[in-house]
Amino acid sequence: MALDSMQEIFDAASAEGKPFWRVVLDTDVEQRETTEEASFEKMRATWRAMLESVESYEGERRSVSGLVGGDGQRMRDYAAAGETLCGPYLRDVIATALCVGESNACMRKIVAAPTAGACGVLPAVLVPLYRAGRAEEDALVRALYVSAGIGAVIGYRASIAGAAGGCQAEVGSASAMAAGALTALRGGSEAQIGHAVAMALKNLMGLVCDPIAGLVEVPCVKRNVVGAVNAVSCADMALAGITSRVPVDEVIDCMGDVGRRLPVELRETALGGLAATPFGKSVKEAMEKRG
Amino acid sequence: MLDIFDILGPVMVGPSSSHTAGAVRIGRMARTLLDGRPVRAEIGLYGSFAETGRGHGTDRALVAGLLGMAPDNLEVPNSFAIAAEQGLEFAFQTVQLRDAHPNTAVLDVTAEDGHRLVLRAVSTGGGRIRVEQVNGVSVGFTGDFNTLIVRHHDIPGTLAAIARELSKFRVNVANMSLCRDRRGGDALMVLETDQRVSPVTRQMVAEISGVERVTYYEKEAE
Repeated sequence: MALDSMQEIFDAASAEGKPFWRVVLDTDVEQRETTEEASFEKMRATWRAMLESVESYEGERRSVSGLVGGDGQRMRDYAAAGETLCGPYLRDVIATALCVGESNACMRKIVAAPTAGACGVLPAVLVPLYRAGRAEEDALVRALYVSAGIGAVIGYRASIAGAAGGCQAEVGSASAMAAGALTALRGGSEAQIGHAVAMALKNLMGLVCDPIAGLVEVPCVKRNVVGAVNAVSCADMALAGITSRVPVDEVIDCMGDVGRRLPVELRETALGGLAATPFGKSVKEAMEKRG
Repeated sequence: MLDIFDILGPVMVGPSSSHTAGAVRIGRMARTLLDGRPVRAEIGLYGSFAETGRGHGTDRALVAGLLGMAPDNLEVPNSFAIAAEQGLEFAFQTVQLRDAHPNTAVLDVTAEDGHRLVLRAVSTGGGRIRVEQVNGVSVGFTGDFNTLIVRHHDIPGTLAAIARELSKFRVNVANMSLCRDRRGGDALMVLETDQRVSPVTRQMVAEISGVERVTYYEKEAE
């Protein structure tokens, strides 16, 4: 089967008595003409690269423009002092999203998920669970299949590119993928995965892509935080039995439609939004002077 | 078509799959097709590559690819220094192209033995690329397959002879294109194959009468 709709995955899961992740794995085995073991090991390597992208963070690095770097460390230090408003998991989520987003801006190794600009969202919600001993590696690899299946559906029906659909297509999609992965990881049903995805996408709908000087720095790094925290909230809501009133595939189609209606200035061209503020323009000029 | 490892991946050095990872792949493709160590590269950048390329490390990524690096090599940001050590000179300029994709690069590369390759390629998103021209001849391949590129004289029977060699070695052609500059002139054949094309097979193809040069790009390992 092709990963064309969430409903198709739900139907295949219920018809064949398989969990969501298994439907995605079987599709991969069929599409790439590979074996179950090879597919699973490739996903395990993806997971380990994600983990490495968190562990290799160095707070003293700075991006090309100098605007980005050090905030992940700042958040880690503040969290270690124990004075945060949120609890231990959420503060690690915030710190991890910043660390990976900054590493990306500083040309370190990351896993595009689904894009480099949104690479902090999935590791932010998954790695803290692993480090705290709340999730085993195999379970996390299965959760990555869930996220990849969701991403494939969004990519097919809407978009995962900021140039096509704005930030809602990048951080919004990453957030939906992370919400579904968390719901599956915590034992949620296929229907609950769908509700988590729908809620996550709805909450970030319309988010524009307005990178200052066209760089994947401001506001991209901190938007990874909102994507991650939103994913946690939506997964917990879905697990509590809260549902999305609008069916998930309709939400995905709607996100695609909103993306097409976004003016071109707000789709990665750096001509509008924060990029067009006096500050944004001054950064661009400074970059141009440096040549 | 996207597979799930295009959604979760590539594993790459940041900051942009199109402007960094795709650029590394373009440079690497040029090195492979040059089929020799590059000593000089004139690199033209068009559109968004020209406008925001520097901030995305597109320049360093292209040079890293020319040095043979993969998109996940942590040395990508240091490629200018490594190029100096390895004797690769390079220069960048902004170019104007008609009807081009915004992320286009044109690489004019010279090998140690003096032979040249001009490659025009596009970064199509998510780290994927498409080669559009080789030495001025239009092509359209992505590196998603093993790719055999054969430059030959436009004489009858060349295609049949090449197909015969590949079939002998049980190599299946997935996609192919054949273009020439003029009747009886130079022709360029691009064959994307499901199987690897072994050095022996490539040698057999190279020995076919009228074949001038055979280069081969093997798709990235899983």
